[in-house]
Amino acid sequence: MSGEAETSGLNIHPMDQFIVKPLFGGDTINWYTPTNVTLWMGLALLAVIALLVLGTSRRSIIPSRLQSIGELLYGFIHNMVEEVTGHDGVKYFPYIMTIFMFVLLANVLGLIPMSFSTTSHFAVTGVLAMLVFLSVTLLGFAKQGIGFLGMFWVSSAPLVLRPILALIEIISYFVRPLSHSIRLGGNLMAGHAVIKVFAGFAGALGVASVVPIAAIAAIYGLELLVAVVQAYVFTILTCVYLRDAVGGAHH
Amino acid sequence: MEGDIAEMGKFIGAGLATIGLGGAGIGVGHIAGNFLAGALRNPSAAPGQMANLFVGIAFAEALGIFSFLIALLLLFAV
Repeated sequence: MSGEAETSGLNIHPMDQFIVKPLFGGDTINWYTPTNVTLWMGLALLAVIALLVLGTSRRSIIPSRLQSIGELLYGFIHNMVEEVTGHDGVKYFPYIMTIFMFVLLANVLGLIPMSFSTTSHFAVTGVLAMLVFLSVTLLGFAKQGIGFLGMFWVSSAPLVLRPILALIEIISYFVRPLSHSIRLGGNLMAGHAVIKVFAGFAGALGVASVVPIAAIAAIYGLELLVAVVQAYVFTILTCVYLRDAVGGAHH
Repeated sequence: MEGDIAEMGKFIGAGLATIGLGGAGIGVGHIAGNFLAGALRNPSAAPGQMANLFVGIAFAEALGIFSFLIALLLLFAV
């Protein structure tokens, strides 16, 4: 990761932007050390509060700009939960709304130049996905008891195929937190690394660096789309997993 | 000398692992293309299927992201 770039002509360190550093100097990172991850996660939290609490503090019939954004997001996620998980899943709307707002704001704040995108770290997305996985599994057993295991026994398939299908279903169930977290983290990390690689070209090309700078502007627009779409995908997959637990799949 | 060959194999392996991303590209293109074909036949039913479209794309994309992960693991973790 380090050391190779000094010998080559291009001086590109695309992965350096993901290094976790302590905020107030020092080298050791303990669990209580405030780092740049802490800072940007806190800022994402503050942005969620600013958007939803301050935006709706002076409610009016004719909404202000901030209030209409808040209402739009609320209505959008509420519709999605109701549509995907069914009527029984609406109870869990607060959790899903929290996940969506946090991931969305963390993604978008990470796109500010020189900022730090917390959701590009698999440690962050892994915890989010693990929480979803554990809560869905526990909820499934709490709601349906041992019948939750019937999810793995595909009763519509021929009897000979069922054990094989059950094995595949079980593997795909346990791979869920992995794919759930890698999808979000991998997309953001790849996007940020691509921008950094193009930025390295811009430094090396002199006058012709107009081309990579234009490319960076275009990729930046794409990354804004990816940030929003990945937050949406993370949330809708949470809803899909939740549907298995609350038993919405039966109707 | 031995370390150099291991280093070389690491980079070759990482490059080979990224071929898997092409498969994800094919899969995502297939889903999006078929969605568009269906949506143009029956535009009134299209908005209701947007959620399914994104879930399908996400599942297809996950397998490509796995190969990206393997490339990253080879580069930085081996």
